[in-house]
Formats: sequence, C-alpha cells, structure tokens
Amino acid sequence: MAFSTTIRESYRQELNGLRAAGLYKEERFILGNQGADIEVEFPAGAAGRKVINFCANNYLGLSSHPDVVAAAREGLASHGYGMSSVRFICGTQDIHRRLEDRLTAFLGTEDTILFPSCMDANAGVFEACLGADDVMIADRLVHASIVDGMRLCKAMNDTYKHSDMNHLEEKLKEHQDKRIRLIITDGVFSMDGDIAKLDEIVALAEKYDALVFVDDSHASGFIGKTGRGTHEHCGVFGKIDIITTTLGKGLGGASGGCVSGRKEIVEMCRQKARPYLFSNTVAPMIVAGALKVLDLVFTNTERRDTLEWNTKYWRQGLAEAGFDLKQGDSPIVPVMLYNAKLAQDMARDLFAEGIYVVGFFFPVVPQGAARIRTQLSAAHTRAHLDKGLAAFRKVGAKHGILGKGKKEITEMFGK
Amino acid sequence: MDDQKKMILDYVVREYLEEDDDTEITYDTELISGGIVDSFSMVSLKRFLEKKYNISIPDADASPEAFDTVNSISALVDRFKKA
Repeated sequence: MAFSTTIRESYRQELNGLRAAGLYKEERFILGNQGADIEVEFPAGAAGRKVINFCANNYLGLSSHPDVVAAAREGLASHGYGMSSVRFICGTQDIHRRLEDRLTAFLGTEDTILFPSCMDANAGVFEACLGADDVMIADRLVHASIVDGMRLCKAMNDTYKHSDMNHLEEKLKEHQDKRIRLIITDGVFSMDGDIAKLDEIVALAEKYDALVFVDDSHASGFIGKTGRGTHEHCGVFGKIDIITTTLGKGLGGASGGCVSGRKEIVEMCRQKARPYLFSNTVAPMIVAGALKVLDLVFTNTERRDTLEWNTKYWRQGLAEAGFDLKQGDSPIVPVMLYNAKLAQDMARDLFAEGIYVVGFFFPVVPQGAARIRTQLSAAHTRAHLDKGLAAFRKVGAKHGILGKGKKEITEMFGK
Repeated sequence: MDDQKKMILDYVVREYLEEDDDTEITYDTELISGGIVDSFSMVSLKRFLEKKYNISIPDADASPEAFDTVNSISALVDRFKKA
C-alpha cells in the first residue's frame, strides 16, 4: 500500500490534534554534555541559552564524570564498538558478565541479567516468569513500562491504590487461590518522588505468601545509607525477589537496565524474556563506563551524601518561599501547581530566568494535579541551588501563588 | 436497576477514590475520560461485575467507552445478563 495523501493527511490530523490538546512534545537540544550547567537551543534554531538543569535524572552527577568517560573510552578501545549479535549467539563479553556480577553484589541479590534498557527489563520480566495461574498486583502509580510489561503477560493483573497497604492486603486476600502473587511497585515514584513502603510490603508478602517486585530506577545509587536503593532505605535489603533498575539515570545516565533477583527468575529471563533474546545488549563502552560508576558508588558515599544535602536545602528553600510541595525524601521534588497552563507558563518563565524545568500535566499526572517536577543532582553547587530558588521565588510571586495551597491555587486558575 | 447502578457506583468510589478525595461521582460522571479510573485499573471493575452478576464480559466488549460511566457500565451488565 502506498503512503497515500489520505494516509499522510490522517497522520497530520492526529498530530494536529495532539498540538491542539497541548500534548505535543517538543524536544530541546542541549549543546554539549549533560550536566548541571547546560546550553539549550529552544525553540529549534534559536540561539543557545545557558541554563541550570533541574530536570535531569543525573542524580549522582556522573553523566559526564571524567573517570566514567575515560573508562568508557578504554572500553571502546579494548572491547570495540558493538557486538553485532544478541547475547545467546555471540553477543556476550567478559565485561557483560562482570557487570552483572557487580550489580548483583551492589543490589544484594542472587543474580542479575542485563537488558538494553529498564523499559525492556520491565517489558520482558513478567511474561518470562509468570503464567495464567498467577496474579500481578501493582501500585496504581507504577511506571508506564511496568504497565506495558504486565499487559504482555498472561497472568491476571490487578492494582491497588497508591501506597495504600490496606487496599493491597485486601487484594492479597482476594487472590489467595493463585499459584504466585507478585506485588509490583516502584521504589521511588517518578512523578511524586515518594518512596514505597517496602518494609510494610515485604511484611504483607510474608503474611500472604507473595513475591515482591521493585523498579528502583529512581533510587539505585543514592537512596539508602550507602545508595543501594529503596530496600536499603526501608531495612529490607536482601528480601526483594525481583529488582529492575536502569543505568540510564543515577548510575551513569547512558543506557541499559537489568533484572536482578532470585537466581531462577534471572535464569528464566535469560531463557524466555523477549527483549533480551531478540535485541543486542548494552554496548561494550557503556558496560565499561558502568563498571567504573559502580566502582565510584561502591567506594564512597560522598556523591549520594551531597545529593541528600542538596535535596534538603532545595526542599526547605522552596517550602520557605511558600510553594506547595509533594512530601517525600527523594531528590524528586514536585512543585504542585494543579493547573496545566500555570505549570507550562511557570516553566517558560523559569527558563527565561535561566532555570530549566518542565511542567507535567494530564495524562502524565492525574487531572488537576499539574506540577513542575524538579530533580536534584550531586553536581548542583550551593550557587546553583540559590540561583534556582531566587528564580522560583520571583516567578512564583509573579503568578501570585506563594503561600497558597491547592484550594486557593485552583480557585485562582481552575483545575 | 437503580440498585445495580448504586452497587456499581459504591464499588467505583471504594475501589478508585482515595480516602481524602472529595470528588462527587454520579451515574453520568466520566470515569475513564475524566481521569478517575485509568484503563489499566479498570480490570478489577470488570472482574467485580463478572463475579457479582455471574456474567462473562469478553475483552472486546470491555472497552474504555463501555466503562466510562456508571450508566454505560450498567447497560453493559444488562446486555450480558440477558445473553
């Protein structure tokens, strides 16, 4: 079938519909390395503007760390550019296995398998490990990649209200007739920045004979006293059956992800997970860079300690200025604005002040819960934070929202 | 009939609203397009209806449109009760 005018027109109409609904995503070009200070070209063709980045997942500030870049360069020289094969044919090198072993030690599990991304890990793990006699019970705010993975799996799916342990318990009771009950949660929830109640979840899993799955993408490397993740933070290190995480955020920020957990579950993924079987794995230079990242986070906690300090300072500064914040302990600090247009207007005004943040609104977050999600990094200095806070105070005052909560803001701007 | 709608409405409030959520839901409130129930979470509602009314709703009929209001859900239940 030819790509006819009619087909082209139908795509154009759909794209125009996205624009009209305010859902069209425009990419902004960073001119140079990822970091706290970046130069951004936006809109396309505009002159570059120097801004402070408060919207990257560069939690540990390792995206452009010289030691990581040097290790990746050495990996490129010693192990080449690509593998031209999936893992089980001829796409596995010694360093892939070494990285898997290092991640196992870091996460405190029995074994680990790399995936091209954590999106792929989540897309593949459920189908590989569960069948029609099983049930998956997920927190309602889990990441989209988990939802996709659950949809690909034959097991029954169910959900519980966000972090509502009573509701989870009801669901566990309801599904006692199933072979395997798998509780599924994010460790740190990406839009709200709150941390899962993993201690309570593990206790419920023990009481109702269930397994526990955690996506720790927004936690690995910095949540917990030594940065091992949400399970360390909640005192249940070693008790999680399946952890998925990414190398694309705190742990270097390049790409790649993994499933880490019970040995047999990892083995099932190696045999059956389709994104693993039918795709090349992480490129050699990224594996070499990630090994260096793990060396850095294993040997000292300085970066995650800095991140923790930055987060407290930032959160306190915004609260004192009178912003309405989502409560939490993670470096994701959402500034609640409730109204989609207000979130977009404020993000634009902050950009003009040299602060790069993004507004989020429905359907990414629930209706009437629009926000600017700010994210801290160990690469931020006190000067970055102070400049950011000053800009937020100025823009917040301009829109008249300082000191106002949900009720007042929605009365002023609508939901 | 109204009993059935009330039963469905009560389930929706219990299953999908947070305790501090004061959103008022009527028989015509748009649940899915209004962002109260996401299409992924509506599976528990489908299971509730199947169990409660001893019916089987094929996946093809369990569309977001059919599940969008208590009225449309009740009509769907009626259709399969008769089938």
